[in-house]
Amino acid sequence: CLPWGEREKRAEDAGAGRRRSARRGTGERSGMARSAEYLARGIEAEGRSKSYRRRGLWAIKKKHGGKFPKTAKKQAMEEDSKAKSPRFYAPEDAKKPLARRFKERPTKLRSSITPGTVLVLLAGHFKGKRAIFLKQLPSGLLLVTGPYAVNGVPLRRVNQAYVIATSAKVDVSGVNVSKFDDSYFKAPKKEKKGDDSVFKEGVAKKELSPAYLENQKKIDADLKKVIGKVDHMEAYLKAHFSLKDGDRPHLMKF
Amino acid sequence: MPFTRLIEVGRVAMVNYGKDYGKLVVIVDIVDQARALCDGPDMVRQPMYFKRLALTQFTVDIPKSPKKKVLLQSLNDSGVFAKFGATVWGQKLAKRKAKESLCDFGRFKTMIAKKAKSAKAR
Repeated sequence: CLPWGEREKRAEDAGAGRRRSARRGTGERSGMARSAEYLARGIEAEGRSKSYRRRGLWAIKKKHGGKFPKTAKKQAMEEDSKAKSPRFYAPEDAKKPLARRFKERPTKLRSSITPGTVLVLLAGHFKGKRAIFLKQLPSGLLLVTGPYAVNGVPLRRVNQAYVIATSAKVDVSGVNVSKFDDSYFKAPKKEKKGDDSVFKEGVAKKELSPAYLENQKKIDADLKKVIGKVDHMEAYLKAHFSLKDGDRPHLMKF
Repeated sequence: MPFTRLIEVGRVAMVNYGKDYGKLVVIVDIVDQARALCDGPDMVRQPMYFKRLALTQFTVDIPKSPKKKVLLQSLNDSGVFAKFGATVWGQKLAKRKAKESLCDFGRFKTMIAKKAKSAKAR
């Protein structure tokens, strides 16, 4: 705190006018009638009472019944801190998990895979079989079928990574697959093993629901019509894919 | 037996090695004992080593170092590329290319056709 009169004297000496113009950059302050100047860092040009008056803090106090308004949260915090000091202070800072900002989307589908593409399945029970791609499910997996009547591949989900997309395509625009989604294929939860499990005689055979079989039959029938239109397509779907002597996969076009 | 396919101005050759592998070029001038100046459609006129050229039986009637436009005109007029395609060499190349560009379904169909043919022969 400077002695009375010092401030004014220093303001003149130091050329506060210059500094004032230099400080006029910020958007908020330029709206005000007169920015608070400073003589040097830490030494304001106007004293407490002057700035109090200028900022109109008296008016705010008057408006809120003699006190500054406090936000509810801050009020609560103050009350809390007044109420009880915590019994335990953690020795280390609590780690906050990093923010995850992403939108869940289905996997990006390769441009070579479109509805009706014949795919070669590379892994799983049906590896080597050729199946027809029907649509991409919301989880990102591909809905695929042999059809079952042709090569035994049922309506099934398959990961894009385990598939070769051939350039052979079949017209599936007439096949309605809108009712199939991930929940249709979700495996039922296994029962938790109890003490009896060791003594149980064999596992009950998994029965396929008749609705499931019906759906498969219908899709097969729809696809059979389309497959018949292309020469050799049925035989192609029946055949397995394999690499033979002389095949160079890196040079093969699919 | 004397050599029949000579390095000469107008000789059509196939590039055997390098960036322009597989292209048909015309020898447009001789640089030195090992190199010839070659030119063709879709390429910049450049010297090429004799060893990188496989000579064909065809020649084109052009003067030494013709303008590109003149060269292309004479190539069109002579129909060398079509003639080359009709030779055994050219046909082999075409077959090879077709086989390479077969898709999985195409390979399947040729396999069926081959089996049918051999079954008939028996």
